[in-house]
Amino acid sequence: MSDILLDMKNVMIEGRSDRQWKPIIKGVDLTLKRGEILGLIGESGAGKSTLGLAAMGYTKGGCRISGGSINFDGIELVGASDEALRQLRGKRIAYVAQSAASAFNPAFKLINQFTEAPVQHGVLSKAEAQSDAIELYRKIRLPNPETIGFRYPHQVSGGQLQRAMTAMAMACRPDLIIFDEPTTALDVTTQIEVLAAIRDIVRAYNTAAIYITHDLAVVAQMADHIKVLLRGEEVEQAPAREMLSNPQEDYTKSLWAVREFRRAPRPPRDANEAPLLVVENVSAAYGPVKILDNVSVTIKRGSTVAVVGESGSGKSTLARVIMGLLPPIEGGIVYDGTALEGVGAKRKRGLKRHIQMIHQMADTALNPKHRIKDIIGRPLQFFIGLKGAAKEARIRELLTLIELDPDEFMHRFPSELSGGQKQRICIARALAAEPDFIICDEVTSALDQLVAEGILRLLDRLQRELDLTYMFITHDIATVRFIADEVVVMQHGVIVEQGLKDDIFTPPHAPYTELLLSSVPEMDPDWLSNLLTARDGKIAQVDPE
Amino acid sequence: MSSIQSIILKRLLSGLLTLWIVTVIIFGAIELLPGDIATEKLGQAATPESLAAFREKFDLNRPVVERYVSWLGGAVTGDFGISLANQRPISELIGQRTANTFFLAGYAAAIAVPIAVISGMMAALYNGSIFDRVLSSTTLAAISFPEFFIAYILILVFAVGLGWFPSLANVDVDTSLGERLYKTFLPAMTLTLIVLAYMMRMTRAAILNLLALPYIEMAHLKGIKRWRVIAVHALPNALAPIINVIALNLAYLIVGVVLVEVVFVYPGLGQVLVDAVSNRDVTVVQAACLIFAATYILLNLLADILSIIANPRLLHPR
Amino acid sequence: MNNLVFHLRDAPVSAWAGIVIVAFYAVLAILAPVLAPYAESASVAAQYQPWIAPHYLGTDALGRDVMSRLIYGARNTVGIALATTILAFTLGASWGLLAATLGGWFDTISARAIDVLMAIPPLIFALLILTITGTSVVALILVIAILDSTRVFRLSRAVAQGILTMDYIEVARMRGESVFWLIRKEVLPNAASPLIAEFGLRFCFVFLFISALSFLGLGIQPPTADWGGMVRESAKLIAFANFSSWQSATFGLAPLLPAGAIALLTIGVNLVVDWVLHLSSGLKE
Repeated sequence: MSDILLDMKNVMIEGRSDRQWKPIIKGVDLTLKRGEILGLIGESGAGKSTLGLAAMGYTKGGCRISGGSINFDGIELVGASDEALRQLRGKRIAYVAQSAASAFNPAFKLINQFTEAPVQHGVLSKAEAQSDAIELYRKIRLPNPETIGFRYPHQVSGGQLQRAMTAMAMACRPDLIIFDEPTTALDVTTQIEVLAAIRDIVRAYNTAAIYITHDLAVVAQMADHIKVLLRGEEVEQAPAREMLSNPQEDYTKSLWAVREFRRAPRPPRDANEAPLLVVENVSAAYGPVKILDNVSVTIKRGSTVAVVGESGSGKSTLARVIMGLLPPIEGGIVYDGTALEGVGAKRKRGLKRHIQMIHQMADTALNPKHRIKDIIGRPLQFFIGLKGAAKEARIRELLTLIELDPDEFMHRFPSELSGGQKQRICIARALAAEPDFIICDEVTSALDQLVAEGILRLLDRLQRELDLTYMFITHDIATVRFIADEVVVMQHGVIVEQGLKDDIFTPPHAPYTELLLSSVPEMDPDWLSNLLTARDGKIAQVDPE
Repeated sequence: MSSIQSIILKRLLSGLLTLWIVTVIIFGAIELLPGDIATEKLGQAATPESLAAFREKFDLNRPVVERYVSWLGGAVTGDFGISLANQRPISELIGQRTANTFFLAGYAAAIAVPIAVISGMMAALYNGSIFDRVLSSTTLAAISFPEFFIAYILILVFAVGLGWFPSLANVDVDTSLGERLYKTFLPAMTLTLIVLAYMMRMTRAAILNLLALPYIEMAHLKGIKRWRVIAVHALPNALAPIINVIALNLAYLIVGVVLVEVVFVYPGLGQVLVDAVSNRDVTVVQAACLIFAATYILLNLLADILSIIANPRLLHPR
Repeated sequence: MNNLVFHLRDAPVSAWAGIVIVAFYAVLAILAPVLAPYAESASVAAQYQPWIAPHYLGTDALGRDVMSRLIYGARNTVGIALATTILAFTLGASWGLLAATLGGWFDTISARAIDVLMAIPPLIFALLILTITGTSVVALILVIAILDSTRVFRLSRAVAQGILTMDYIEVARMRGESVFWLIRKEVLPNAASPLIAEFGLRFCFVFLFISALSFLGLGIQPPTADWGGMVRESAKLIAFANFSSWQSATFGLAPLLPAGAIALLTIGVNLVVDWVLHLSSGLKE
């Protein structure tokens, strides 16, 4: 029995678009030993999922393996018959998908989906598989392991589903599991449990794994080796600790450096200056469901207040209330000494101009049928009353301000721009109204790290040059460290803690803040182990049998 | 009460509400008839006595609401009043013919549904094959051809040319089942051809949507055999959309029958309706419209309820 | 629209076939008086002439030239169908877009009312109303346009609702743009492709619908030449067809010619619509 489990050589994969084949993976080698975990990282479009699936001899619809060799334990997968591949899949190579909610069949109970592969592959009888499922559910620390399998997928939470899927992948005790961004869709506090469960069970059974993610800190916890991909090509590969401490290539170094970046300190302002925006005891609800409960926030001119929380914390609802999209059921907003109408449509145009918002998804925030000059031009005309040559001159000025060449971009449509460029256009559109206060709603979370960093630096520069005030809504602690002066921590529609950034980030914390901060993965490969030991000594160990 | 029961109950109530509003529309529309039915029917030369007698006979002297209630009450029990044209009870006129219409629609459905569902599924499974492409081009033809075009082609080929089937589907109460099936074969074929391609296309689309879902890919990645992925993972989830497709097309069949009956001179409810519209025999029009509309609404209601029942998320609430 | 013209260059054969068919019918309809050898409803020969010059497609029961009536039929049937579709579309689309954009009770009530109207099969509804109004051309156009506008309403509302969930709409709303501006500048440009395709489909439906009514004797009334009516008038002839000679066999074609004319135009429009739909789905990616 050879030590090498998976040997991919010069693998090339093409995808079909615009009636021609275009390369997605351009000749990548990948070697994996038994029991080894390889982290595959890269930004969107790097081809990491495509490469991961190719390890099963599988490609998504519209793609094909056009060259190279994929050898799994002596079996060549490129050109293998469907039947040969089928017998490997699920039995010797298993797959864990990003979204467990859509990867489980809604019509069947979890345990029946667990037992399907071992029974169909003839590994276990149905009864054996059922008791094995309960055993694995217990190992993976699902609550009520005896009964949880008899629920339907939609009756179980996202983090639990993801763990159940990991257990399902383990059902035939495969030699290799492909984890395709298994925690990307989860909140940080949930992510911890899933990461721990995956790592423990994979180690317990000495299963080899390919762990695909875009998150460096996550891959640092999981992988023995790390391979960095960029646009379908390998940048470099090294043992995890070596890669983390001493990356060789410029691209890898730049990825690492992003995390270390901190904003330049600001000169102190007059402490007695009146606040720019005050949210006073606001409660808000969608129908009968209360989303915000008695929330109060004070924002000083020229500062950046970060509102942090996980999904369902009400942070985006707070932004909608301030913008007048959702009238509060109690409380109110005071802007620069003036009480704002709850309903945005009733606010005066001159007042509205001062408060702008930038959305998370620049893709949907720009009308695809409008040219850039019309997108930026409309608020200029609407709020400032600019027309003709004056308007065009101002559009050029704004484009220059956001570091895009006016001649090149003015007449383009949004579809002709990259993600980062689109977000810059959204910023320019907000600036066109000449606002004092801008709400940034997760503006970087849909972007790759390097692009996101560029946007953050731009926002920082604009704040200094134009004396802007930001409310920065995010779930990402690293972004908060980067940009905030003050921090508001929210959970279930209530403010848990608020204050200066340094105070919030320095112990002692409120319990939820503590949980939130400690759950953010760090680059230290021992972080997860140390954290789990610290939180609960007995959780860290799982017996193989 | 569980959520699925309350959802079904809500759908049932809204269906019945719709049906009730439709009865009001059907009854009320005739009331909007410009002028007076009696004057219109008897002509300008009618004497006041004959007008009064007419009004008495057709119960036109009572207030609208009262007449509506007794009309609706009668309709529910199968009594639709009397025909304006020949003054006979409407239930007598349309009883056998309604049965004939349902027979023809049922005959066509019995041929079309199994063929459509099975071949629609085949087309989805062998997406992009020649079979699939032939299917999609015949669908285009079928939605483009008027019903009577298909009917006359069938008549020309199978009745006039080959002489295999009669071109007139003249059945009566005494016609035996075998002869009935034989005589109504061409009209049933016409109806089948009209709905078949459409039904296939909808079934195909429903299955294709399903096969693109992540959990189907997951089943393949678990190494499950292809037939099992289809039969175990796809079919239970495809049930709701397929049921919907069938019910929608049955509802369409019931109405499409009108033209086919006229082409083949088949003694059904459609013929009655068309004649009544020409003669402006409003009471008969009301009765026929009510039967057609009620069948259509009830079939749609049935489809919705079945697809609610087939939804696992509703069947097993949190 | 510029996009469509631009994409015409690499349109597939099927789309070109559709365009040629539609153009052919348009020419027939516009130039009918020039192209038709005889007047629309004049008896010019003995009845039921076979296909011999100068009546290349024979004559009907009243001795009218079938070819001339087919050509005039293009003008009458297509013209009325087009007018009806345009009316239905204007009505349904503007109402649907408005309801979706305004939202609230106006939207809810509109949608519920339309649901009830759509619960009645259109043919049955049309027959009911035509009993009351009688079968004049104006009544025909109005009744069918109103019935069909419910379908347009539903589609344009659904399309608009999809667009209205986009953040760029929220940006415009936050800015305080008027409803009219929202519909015209933000929603309509994005709804254009599906609405153009829907226009084609609605035209086919209306066209088949009017033909069906005429075939039942309840649509366009004689002596106006109309394809549905011509099928009805010549239906009995099919029984006299026999295949001993090609000229006697042509009796079998009498109802099939106008019916085929209807089918061919519908196919042509559908081919174009398929292409437009394909194009708009491709552009979305």
